[in-house]
Amino acid sequence: MVTLIVNGERREVEVPSDMPLLWVLRDVLGLTGTKFGCGIAQCGACTVHLDGKPVRSCLLPVGTIGSRAITTIEVIGATPNGAKVQKAWLDREVIQCGYCQSGQIMSATALLDAIPNPDDADIDAAMAGNICRCGTYVRIREAIKQAAAAEVQAS
Amino acid sequence: MIPERPGTHSDSELVTQQASVLSRRNFVKLATSTAFVFGFYVPLRNTSDAADRSSYTPNAFIRIDREGDVTLIIPQVEMGQGVYTSLSMLLAEELDADWSRVRVEHAPADEKRYVNPAFGIQATGGSTSVRAFWKPLRQAGASTRACFVEAAARRWGVPTEECRTENSTVIHDRTARKSTYGALVGQASAIEPPKDPPLKDVSAFRLIGRPIKRLDTPQKANGKAKFGIDVLPPGVKFATLAACPVLGGKVAHVDDHRATAIPGVRQIVVLDDLVAVVGDHMWAAKSGLEALDITWDEGPNAEVSSELIWSRLREAGLREGVIAKEVGDVERALGSSSAPASDVISATFEIPLLAHATMEPLNCTVHLTPTFAEVWIGTQVMERVRAAVAKAAELPEAQVTVHNNLIGGGFGRRLEHDMAYSAARIARHVDGPVKVVWTREEDIRHDVYRPAYHDRLWARLEGDRIVGWRHRVSGSSVIARWLPPAFKKGVDPDGIDSAADMPYDIPNLRVEFNREEPPGVITGFWRGVGPNNNVFAIESLIDELAHKAGRDPIDFRRAHLTKTPRLQAALDLVREKSGWGSALPARCGRGVSVQTSFASFIATVVECEVDMSGEVKLRRVTTAVDTGIAVNPDTIIAQLQGGHIFGLTAALYGEITLKKGRVQQSNFHDYRMLRIDQIPPIDIHLIKSDAPPGGIGEPGTTAAIPALRNAIYAATGVALRRMPIDRKVLAGSK
Repeated sequence: MVTLIVNGERREVEVPSDMPLLWVLRDVLGLTGTKFGCGIAQCGACTVHLDGKPVRSCLLPVGTIGSRAITTIEVIGATPNGAKVQKAWLDREVIQCGYCQSGQIMSATALLDAIPNPDDADIDAAMAGNICRCGTYVRIREAIKQAAAAEVQAS
Repeated sequence: MIPERPGTHSDSELVTQQASVLSRRNFVKLATSTAFVFGFYVPLRNTSDAADRSSYTPNAFIRIDREGDVTLIIPQVEMGQGVYTSLSMLLAEELDADWSRVRVEHAPADEKRYVNPAFGIQATGGSTSVRAFWKPLRQAGASTRACFVEAAARRWGVPTEECRTENSTVIHDRTARKSTYGALVGQASAIEPPKDPPLKDVSAFRLIGRPIKRLDTPQKANGKAKFGIDVLPPGVKFATLAACPVLGGKVAHVDDHRATAIPGVRQIVVLDDLVAVVGDHMWAAKSGLEALDITWDEGPNAEVSSELIWSRLREAGLREGVIAKEVGDVERALGSSSAPASDVISATFEIPLLAHATMEPLNCTVHLTPTFAEVWIGTQVMERVRAAVAKAAELPEAQVTVHNNLIGGGFGRRLEHDMAYSAARIARHVDGPVKVVWTREEDIRHDVYRPAYHDRLWARLEGDRIVGWRHRVSGSSVIARWLPPAFKKGVDPDGIDSAADMPYDIPNLRVEFNREEPPGVITGFWRGVGPNNNVFAIESLIDELAHKAGRDPIDFRRAHLTKTPRLQAALDLVREKSGWGSALPARCGRGVSVQTSFASFIATVVECEVDMSGEVKLRRVTTAVDTGIAVNPDTIIAQLQGGHIFGLTAALYGEITLKKGRVQQSNFHDYRMLRIDQIPPIDIHLIKSDAPPGGIGEPGTTAAIPALRNAIYAATGVALRRMPIDRKVLAGSK
C-alpha cells in the first residue's frame, strides 16, 4: 500500500512501490490527462508537479514520493499561473493533436512559477524536454510570453 | 469475405443485453475493490444512440433538436489538423447555423454514409478533408437550410424567396416574423430536402475565411480530452506486446516463469507472431514483457540490412521505369538514360525509411464476447478497423462497434489497422475488455515506414532555359498495398505525385516509376507522402541548374513558371518577406523551394547557418501560400508551421536503419525530434484567393526539406543529394 497526495487528496493505492507514478495516475486513479509518450523521460508528455516542481512521472517510482504534493493537468487550472497558461494556450491556438500539451502546460506553468518573466533562453531551457510532434513550438513560445504578461485572473 | 458464425444473428440482441448486464456487474465488482477506481470514463456518444424523434436529421451530417442545438457529424477524424472546426464551418456556413450552438460528433464507422470522395473509402488523409468535402458538406448545409425556409414560408403563407436566415433563425422582414430552426424541426422534417440547392457566393460567407476558434482544443488544455489510449471501459485490463523483431518471424518458445511471478501480471498471451502480457495496469504488463524470455524463429528476413535495401533500390534505378508522363521528345533532348548527351546534368537523390513516432503510441482497446465486439481507438480508417476486428474475432461486421477517439498524431500511421487487428487477436484470449498499448520501442520498431526512394534525374540547359528533363522514381508503392485499384499499369499515382505534374515549363519531359519493394519492412503513408520525395529531388536539381546557369534561384524558378501565375505570386511574396538577397554572415545561406502539391501553391525560404562541425542551425523560415479559399486561416498557418517543423525534423535527424532484419532505432534518444530550443521564427503569409480550397496538412512538410537543403547549398556550396543531412560532409566545408 502506497499513500499519495494527488491534487490535494490523500489516495491509497495497492501497487508495487517501484511502479512509476505515471501508471498509477493513469491506470489506477483514472487521471488520464497525464500522458505516456516514451517511458524514458525523453519527451515530457508525462510531466506533473511534485511540490510545484516539474517531474517526469514515467520514471518516478511512487515509493519515493512520500508526502510531497502531486499536481496534475486536471487541476493545474486552479493555480494562477496554470490558469494563465491555459488561457494563453487557447488564445494563441497552440494546440493541434493535443497529446503532448498536458506536459507542455505543466512545464510552462512551472517555468512561470520559477521565473515570472522568462526570456527566450529561459523558455528554451524549461521547455526543451517536451517534444511536440505536431510542431507547435512557435506558438508555445508566444503563449508563454503572453501568459507571463497577463494579469492574474479575477476568478 | 468474413465467415459468419452460425446462429449469431438470431439471438444476438438477447445475448448482447445479457453481456452488458454482465459487464456492469463486473464493473461494480472492480470499482469497489481497492485496486481499481475507474473515474473519468465518459463513453463517446454514438450517432445512432443519440438520434431520437425530437430531433431532425435531414442527412448524415446534421442533427438539430427542438431546443436549437445543432449537432454536426464530422466524417473526417480530428488528429490536430483542426478538421472538426473547418468541416463544421462548411456545414454551418450554408446552414446559417448559430455557431455558439454547434457541437461536433465523430461519425461512426459507416463507409456508405461517410466515404471520403477522394479515396472511395472512409479515410482521413492525403490533405483531402476540406478539398473532398468542400462541396458535399456545403450542399448538406444548404439543403437543410432550404427545408427550414420552406417550413417557415408555409407556416407564414409567404414566398420562400422573401425569407432569409441567420443564426439558426428564419426571418421574414416584411412581416417582421422570426422562427428558430428548433421551433421548425417538426415541419422541416416533413419536407424533402432539395438535391442541388444553390450555394452562397464567396462574398456572402460569414464563417468561412475567418479565424474561428477550434472546437476541440479547450478540453485538450485541461486533460479532459479522451484519446484512444485514455479509454477505461469498466473492468478493463492492460496489455502490451512484443511482435517478432524481424518482420515475418514467429514465436518459437516463451519462458514466462519470471513474468508470471510479477505482481499484477494476469496472463501471457502467445500468438504465432507476437506475445502479449496482460495485467492490472501498464506497469505490470510492461514489467512482465521485459521479464519474458522469448525465442524467435526469425524467418526469411533475418539477414535484411539497410545496405541490402539500398543496393536493391540503386539497382532498380538502373532500369527503365514505367513511363508515367511524357511530353515532347525526351530522347532527342537528352539522349538515352544509358548514353546521355555530353552536356546533360544528372543527379541521384535519396530519402530514407522513416517512422511516424506519433506522440500517442499505438493502442487499441477491444472487448470481445462470442457475439459482439466493442472497440475504442483513434484511427484514420474507421471502417477498416471494424473489418479488421471482425476478421480477428470471426464476427460479422455488423456486430462490431468502433468508438473513435481523438488522435494523438496520425501523420499516416493511423491509416493502418494493424494495431486493431493484433489487439483483437489478443482480446480473443482475454475475459472482458483489454487495452493494448504499444511501448514506444515497439511503436518505432514495428512502424509501417515511409518508403525509402532512389531518384535519378537528367536535365539539359540551353542558355538559362531547361529544355529536357527525365525523372525516374524508384521505390515502394504504398498505393499497391493500401488501395490496389488505384495502382494501374505499374505506376503508383502517389509515387509520381508532384513529379508528373511538376510546375516548371519544360518542353521535353519524362517521368518514370520503378516499383521496388524493400525486404523486411512494410511501407506506408507518412505526412507529405510521394511529394516528399519528388519535391526534394526536383527542387534540389533546380537549384543546381540555377547555379549552373548563373542565375538567382528565385529568378531561375520564376522564369520557368510562366504557366503557373499563382506560384509566381507566392515566389514574389516570399522573396519580399524573407529578406532574400540581403547580406548574411559567413556560413549562412538561404534556400528556396516551390511546389503545387496537394493543390496548394507554396513558396518557402529557409535560412540556416552551418557551423564548422557540420551542425545546422535554423535561423528563419518564411512561407507564402495560396491555398485557395482559406476556410480557417489560423489553422492553415498552424498546419504550415507544424508541417515545416515535421519536415525539418526529418531532414536533420530522420532515418530508420535495419541490421540483421531488426530496426535499430527505438525511442526518442536515437530517433530524434526537433525541440523548442532549435526552432527559428516561422512566418506564414497567406495570399487571398477565391479559388476552391487546396490541401494544407502535408505541404508544409514537403516544402521545408528542399528549402533547407538549398540553404545549406548556399551556405557551404555542398550539394547534398541525400536526406537526412550528413554532418561529416558539411564539417569545415567552404
